[in-house]
Amino acid sequence: MLNAKIPTGPLESKWAEYKGHCKLVNPANKRKLEVIVVGTGLAGASAAASLGELGYKVKAFCFQDSPRRAHSIAAQGGINAAKNYQNDGDSVFRLFYDTIKGGDYRAREANVHRLSEVSANIIDQCVAQGVPFAREYGGLLSNRSFGGTQVQRTFYAAGQTGQQLLIGAYQALERQVALGNVTMYSRHEMLEVVTIDGKARGIIARDLVSGKLERHFGHAVLLCSGGYGNVFYLSTNAMGSNVTAAWKAHKKGAAFANPCFTQIHPTCIPVSGDHQSKLTLMSESLRNDGRIWVPKKQNDTRKATDIPEEERDYYLERRYPAFGNLVPRDVASRAAKERCDAGYGVGSSKQAVYLDYADAILRYGKIEAGKQGRVNASQEEIIALGKEVVKAKYGNLFDMYEKITGENPYEVPMRIYPAVHYTMGGLWVDYELQTTVPGLYALGEANFSDHGANRLGASALMQGLADGYFVIPYTLGNYLADEIYNKSIETSHPAFEQAEKAVSDRIHQLMSIKGKQSVESFHKRLGKIMWDKCGMARNKEGLEQAIKEIQALKKEFWSDVRIPGEINEMNTELDKANRVADFIELGELMCIDALNRNESCGGHFREEFQTPDGEALRDDAGYMYVAAWEFKGEHQWDLHKETLNYDVIKPTQRNYK
Amino acid sequence: MEHYHMNLNLKVWRQKNSNTKGDFKTYQVKNISSEMSFLEMFDVLNEQLISEGEEPVAFDHDCREGICGMCSMYINGKPHGPWQANTTCQLHMRAFKDGDTIVVEPWRANAFPVIKDLTVDRTSFDRIIQAGGYISVNTGNAVDGNALPINKDNADNSFAAAMCIGCGACVAACKNSSAMLFLSAKVSHLALLPQGEPERKTRVLNMVAQMDKEGFGACTNTGACEATCPKEISLTNIARLNAEYLSASLSAEK
Repeated sequence: MLNAKIPTGPLESKWAEYKGHCKLVNPANKRKLEVIVVGTGLAGASAAASLGELGYKVKAFCFQDSPRRAHSIAAQGGINAAKNYQNDGDSVFRLFYDTIKGGDYRAREANVHRLSEVSANIIDQCVAQGVPFAREYGGLLSNRSFGGTQVQRTFYAAGQTGQQLLIGAYQALERQVALGNVTMYSRHEMLEVVTIDGKARGIIARDLVSGKLERHFGHAVLLCSGGYGNVFYLSTNAMGSNVTAAWKAHKKGAAFANPCFTQIHPTCIPVSGDHQSKLTLMSESLRNDGRIWVPKKQNDTRKATDIPEEERDYYLERRYPAFGNLVPRDVASRAAKERCDAGYGVGSSKQAVYLDYADAILRYGKIEAGKQGRVNASQEEIIALGKEVVKAKYGNLFDMYEKITGENPYEVPMRIYPAVHYTMGGLWVDYELQTTVPGLYALGEANFSDHGANRLGASALMQGLADGYFVIPYTLGNYLADEIYNKSIETSHPAFEQAEKAVSDRIHQLMSIKGKQSVESFHKRLGKIMWDKCGMARNKEGLEQAIKEIQALKKEFWSDVRIPGEINEMNTELDKANRVADFIELGELMCIDALNRNESCGGHFREEFQTPDGEALRDDAGYMYVAAWEFKGEHQWDLHKETLNYDVIKPTQRNYK
Repeated sequence: MEHYHMNLNLKVWRQKNSNTKGDFKTYQVKNISSEMSFLEMFDVLNEQLISEGEEPVAFDHDCREGICGMCSMYINGKPHGPWQANTTCQLHMRAFKDGDTIVVEPWRANAFPVIKDLTVDRTSFDRIIQAGGYISVNTGNAVDGNALPINKDNADNSFAAAMCIGCGACVAACKNSSAMLFLSAKVSHLALLPQGEPERKTRVLNMVAQMDKEGFGACTNTGACEATCPKEISLTNIARLNAEYLSASLSAEK
């Protein structure tokens, strides 16, 4: 079932070789070929714009009111590229190597190498579009460092890199809309893939304003619908982020790969109460200067500032002297959980640790005083100087923290806790980004291919734009070249009729339940099961229990959910119900996948498989494969394995001590 | 920081769809934590309405971290509520006290018709961008990113304008419902960069023409837009837009 179609030849020439030999579509034929793009984040907007520029007839869909709102916009830190502008030894190979290693040797070599190759083109393209990246006084582009690497390769626009890249792609997209090459359908949600003779031929979408179902034909369908972190209810994802498009594709035959690989980000603002609707990330860059600690005494109720130095446990520095506070995300998250579970957590919930800037403020203050020649500066003056420096570097993040918590992080340490942030798993795709359904593609976070079991910081933006700007324009042509003989299919075709009926039946079924519990309450319960049993640490017993609980929850949902309002109008509860129903099914598969993988790797930590000092214990002999699940019916999946071959890189144990 | 709980009276605009007339409905919410965000307080209200068998209030929201620009509530007479440089989703309930009455309306502007309750149609902003808010460069045409050094001040000012989140608070705050701050932010973002130079004149003329077509009002330099902007987009962008427009209008070749 799985053929990754990796080109033969040496790793570094595979992509050039592919581009040199893939089929092309001539301009006159491109005008006759229709492409559907679902989702308009970095991957979707860049793909829709690039395909429109090539002359294809593109229809793009998003559930928000404008393509500019997609959740790529919230990415803070930056985008990696192997430019080596800093002359610090970076190269395509090093970016490739860091990404494979960071992913704990569970990603596909050929895809990751291609990603590294095109990374430099992304920066050039974005600059040409007018993305205002940070610059040095000489007018050249600036770089910063990020976790998991030893070079400075991250390009950024203050703490709003995702916003600026998305606006660039959005503007390119709107230009194609103005030129008539792309038709934009905002406030639309894809609810089914239409397949004819085994090929993806279109979608059923719901107009979220009128509630009407629409049929749309395409010679190919591109899913750029993002990740599924909201299965945990609380995550750093946007409220609307959902798995529905990918899940519909999965149920129509597309294999779902490594669903249990989720990234828990270590520095997020902790949950403040039951009312919490989402979690907010504080950029990884804060770990550059902040020190993470908990009290040495359990259940210590003193204020942080009242706890003397010798009674603080800087546990990351203690456990990982070599990397200290800069260990990778998965390691930092687990260490925080370990301390809180052991009773050392802080704050009213006890589910938080301190991220302290007091030392950094002093250090910067002394440097600043030195620069200004103020040898006799008092402690207060040094602190005041230090605060100015910290403000210049991290001001917007500190402000955001204060807005949310009401606490001033310049005076008291921030409280942070890990939160679900990104999903490495997704629809299985081959080298051409095609799923196991011909004509159906998955780009960006919606696919599984590049980040293995753990994603490095500043690599999500890179992958989304690589897929959309530089990969799909070639690989889609290779498929569509054989489609020029196929005229557009009328949407009165029985396949469209059936697909629309299935969607309509499901919506009517949901609306007719008229139960007692709100959609939100089900989503919260699902999230709790997932977080407790398939979150930062998993074990066999818990996962088996979770599967039973989710199956029971599904039954309860379909017999007791209450959705007010009508079908043929704007109905935000119905929108949510459609999504939560799919999250429930996905949750079960995630647990099954986590149960199957009897090892710990990257973001997947099985408590049974750890080294004596609590580190992840990989099993390369048993599990160096992609777990691709084929949907077979309610609660039933078949596992297909894609063996991962490391021809260039030799997998080793990750060690940060 | 001391946390507290409060009971509130909410006067919320309810409107079934764009074809029906709307009006205010009054609701009580109890035991609201000062730690909640304003939208989480609305989540509580909506759960309450659902349990009472009523339709929840429709409102736009997505990222809930102040960057997507989707949330758009007019709270006690101010777009995004009482806090400075803030979006509705980042407004927290400690801004209110027990017993307060809070009035919540949608953005009001001819160019932003109400779709339902607090949800409005802002696609007019997309059409303004379609008129010229971009640089015409196809994928693959780019030269090396460092081939074109850009003066740091210009790059920083361009970025400050490009921070606009397209929420429309500027329009909602303006007595004339003018979109000048939004439009000027995009014109400034691109005019300050050398990449934007080739289309500099046609861009500003076409975008202004589209803005007028959409039914936005005229700018009278009152500055309500700047005062309400969650990203603190400066009024100087409007001055730059006017200069750009004038120079483009006066020059012979477009």
